[in-house]
Amino acid sequence: MNAKSIPASIVPVAGYRRNDRGTQPDFLYPPYASTVKRSPSHPLVPLPASLSEVTGPVFGYDVLKSNDHDLTKQHAGDPIGERIVVSGRVLDANGRPVANTLVEVWQANAAGRYPHQRDVHNAPTDSNFTGAGRTQTDAEGRYRFVTIRPGEYPWRNHYNAWRPAHIHFSLFGPAFSTRLVTQMYFPGDPLLDFDPMYTSIPDERARRQLISVFDWETTIPEQALGYKFDIVLRGRDETPMENYLPRARS
Amino acid sequence: MSLQTTSSQTVGPYLHIGLTWLVNSNLAGPGVAGDKVTIEGRITDGDGNPVNDALVEIWQANAAGRYAHPDDTRDLPLEDAFKGFGRLPTDEEGRFRFTTIKPGRVPGEGGVLQAPHINVTIFMRGMLKHLCSRIYFPDDAANGSDPALARVPAARRPTLIAQRSASDPAALMWNVRLQGDGETVFFDA
Repeated sequence: MNAKSIPASIVPVAGYRRNDRGTQPDFLYPPYASTVKRSPSHPLVPLPASLSEVTGPVFGYDVLKSNDHDLTKQHAGDPIGERIVVSGRVLDANGRPVANTLVEVWQANAAGRYPHQRDVHNAPTDSNFTGAGRTQTDAEGRYRFVTIRPGEYPWRNHYNAWRPAHIHFSLFGPAFSTRLVTQMYFPGDPLLDFDPMYTSIPDERARRQLISVFDWETTIPEQALGYKFDIVLRGRDETPMENYLPRARS
Repeated sequence: MSLQTTSSQTVGPYLHIGLTWLVNSNLAGPGVAGDKVTIEGRITDGDGNPVNDALVEIWQANAAGRYAHPDDTRDLPLEDAFKGFGRLPTDEEGRFRFTTIKPGRVPGEGGVLQAPHINVTIFMRGMLKHLCSRIYFPDDAANGSDPALARVPAARRPTLIAQRSASDPAALMWNVRLQGDGETVFFDA
């Protein structure tokens, strides 16, 4: 649209830039067998940003309880396993912190077992570990969880398939367009290159970005090792061109 | 400064452990303005089998057409009782059901008002990144001029428009077909 044709009552809406090429898996990735019947066959229909895409749910700190970020303190006793601190920053692709955004995590216990009716792996459950946590980033985009190192576990995708140790992360960011669910992995895990979820990501650097980094700074002496995992969400387009929002009347 | 965006990975089969604490299938609580509507549907895969381990999230404006978000600065009423977010897992038959209000119209591409719609995000095992779609309302004259629907080939538009439920006159039906005949339209939003 020609800028001159914008009515005076309208101001531009800046959308969120698309993900970088190669960073996102395709829907269909046959080595991960469940994608075969669950992936759309038509291409996605491109949708220019409108208010529907640049807005998104806003959560207050009131949704969180005090031990939500510490997965080792949610039951009467201590969970079995190696205590770790997982922390990092949530940034956007422009390098700016994503402040006050909800971060949800879930993971297996130290033996590689989830307390879930569909998990039939014959490893022990741990009554002191649920494996779910949440927190909110601070003004600098920082978050921090205390948990135990999750175990690897077998799955039935292919013969002798094992998932590398991982923690699931769910983030909203500021908008419908910035929603992200991902998984954090651990450095040096020999299972990564055999894992079709990990290898579904085309770009080598993007794959490595899912591997946390061992971090002395965040260790707790005599208590826990530290792993750092930064997350980058889509960043705002700095040059909005096409999409308009009526100007506020204030 | 430009950073590379983090890759998406599947929610996997155990998403309930981490995500169901925030389930909300009733957005139309006491004091919420607007026409109440129940929307139910079923998610099926390329073989027509129900997806019993999906998670559906919805995001919508209130009845006045305003989003409860700081970027929606329009001079329209906001309501404390309406946040616009819902989250619900599918059941054993792949079904989901939520109650909300019909949202008002919000501006879209080129400043054209969009038809009332609910933004939907779908997650599941076997999906390496989430799907985005929209639910529109049946018999709404505004559907004809909606800029997002206009981007969809006409033959596929009906997949985005809820149908009146045969069994429950107060409910709308919106089914999701992931693949194959009648495949639902998904957006790159």
